[in-house]
Amino acid sequence: MNGSWSRAFRVSLRYPRTWAGLVLTGVIAVVALLGPLLAPHGPNDIVGRPYAKPGGKAAFGTDYLGQDVLSRLLEGGFSVLVTAVLATVLGMVVGVVAGLVAGYAKGWLDEVIMRLTDVVLAFPQIVLALVLLTVAGPQQWLIIVIVGLSHAPRVARLTRGMTTTLATREFIQSAEAMGEPRGRIMFGELLPNMSGPLLAELGLRLTYSIGLVASIGFLGFVADPRAADWGMMINENRLALLVQPWAILAPVIAIAVLTVGTNLVADGIAAAAANADQNEEASA
Amino acid sequence: MSRSAPEPGRAWTKWLLRRLGLAALTLWLISIVVFLATNALGDPARAILGRSATPERLAALQARLHMDQSIVERYFSWLGGVFTGDLGESLTGGGSVGALIGPRIANSAVLVLIAAVVIIPVAGFLAIVAARRHGKRTDSLIQVIMLAVAALPEFVIGILLVALLSTTVFRILPSVSLSAGGPPWTNVQAMVLPVLTLVLAVVPYVSRILRASLIEVLESDYVEMARLKGLPEGLAVRRHALANAVVPAIQVMALQLAWLAGGIVVVENVFQYQGIGMTLVDAVRNRDLPVVQALALLIAAVYVVVNLIADVLTILVTPRLRTAVR
Repeated sequence: MNGSWSRAFRVSLRYPRTWAGLVLTGVIAVVALLGPLLAPHGPNDIVGRPYAKPGGKAAFGTDYLGQDVLSRLLEGGFSVLVTAVLATVLGMVVGVVAGLVAGYAKGWLDEVIMRLTDVVLAFPQIVLALVLLTVAGPQQWLIIVIVGLSHAPRVARLTRGMTTTLATREFIQSAEAMGEPRGRIMFGELLPNMSGPLLAELGLRLTYSIGLVASIGFLGFVADPRAADWGMMINENRLALLVQPWAILAPVIAIAVLTVGTNLVADGIAAAAANADQNEEASA
Repeated sequence: MSRSAPEPGRAWTKWLLRRLGLAALTLWLISIVVFLATNALGDPARAILGRSATPERLAALQARLHMDQSIVERYFSWLGGVFTGDLGESLTGGGSVGALIGPRIANSAVLVLIAAVVIIPVAGFLAIVAARRHGKRTDSLIQVIMLAVAALPEFVIGILLVALLSTTVFRILPSVSLSAGGPPWTNVQAMVLPVLTLVLAVVPYVSRILRASLIEVLESDYVEMARLKGLPEGLAVRRHALANAVVPAIQVMALQLAWLAGGIVVVENVFQYQGIGMTLVDAVRNRDLPVVQALALLIAAVYVVVNLIADVLTILVTPRLRTAVR
């Protein structure tokens, strides 16, 4: 089973865009994950007057309170990246299981799962997140759950579509004839045969998770308003564009490079998967 | 087509009834989700007043929110209100929710409409250029740019545009949608950046779908036949490809509206545009539950209704599908 996933990824490495995406993603991921260790100042240290231009103690200048922009940039990616990755994993797992069950069990279970996806899909992801955060307030685990669950129906639709197509194929029918348990057929036979498209979906969902988590931060819904967070940094320094653009452009560029990177990787994997599909059809 | 269902008219009616029933069911479930999300995830009264609330004020607000009733009773009285057009009172602004959000809905509708009108020709043009150069350099260049733009969150696009056109590089456009009285869209200059942000956020998706369906048609047998008969390429595109793009166009317009509905929430906040997106975020921040409920319900309902219309139209313009429905 591991084989089909790593193969789907390796094939995508033939495309230059996958490499470009990996480099961009890697650079920002290193900044986000190792940044907190490298920050020259604490995220809440006041190192100068507000909106001071770059130079001296603050290489990227200071923010609206006089905190060091570079230090907050190095600190503020961790929460965005970790939240987005966890939410993506949650959304993929829930969506894949729901889609497999719906597509393979059919009948009333399929009907129920599909109606539930209809309901969630009616809400733009950011609206769903805002509504669910209204009473509970912005807590980190809740943001992970909400962003993950807002992806799940989209992943479930894709998985269900592939399941119904694959279920009619010979190797599944022979496994059924040999009495293989349904769970083994779903996770041992069907799932590995969707590795390419699902891996591409994972990349796409990660891209959207990063955007969504950053947007929630940008709108001001963060667990700790004083903590460094790329989305929140953009919000709190909005007035800086005229006087000290780095306070706002540094996190904006970091998010932009990260999402462009993950999307390029996702597209490379998708192209590889589509190609593999065509080759299979041609040889069949 | 000759072997259609024995009674196509009846099959079509049955399909339509089922589709309408599903839409109604979805709308009902949406109302439950909205209500539970704003009532069951904690004590609304406590959330509104915060930790420092005195017991007296808490009790007063709980009474005002009818917290003494069961959650089922409260749901049905809220739903009854929605049906009779009574969306309750705003908890922060005073006044009815309807009066508060009415003008905001109009403002957002104008923004979405202008963006949609710009998106269609831009996306169509890019799709035609890319499809006609399918596999060549121009096509891949357009695709890579679209891929990069599609990856960017709306607020990142918005802020980069503000930095480019309003504050840092050039200073030619206002960065916030303030107008002296009157609706925000009366200030034409201030509309440019919000519209441009929405256009950039949505065009990649629309043009990608249109390009794929155009390529499918252009590589089909009958267009190949038309080419072999000596039809010029431009005419082949116009006569066959565009005629066959009606169905994808209907679906894309429905999807586009869904993307724009999400997009305005963030974009209105970037530009301080007084629409439902900004109202929703303010209401969430102030825990103004009746406003949050009304706007969430509205946005989801628009999605369901638009998709219903798109599906019905798709069946109506496709004779093949109309007779095939069971």
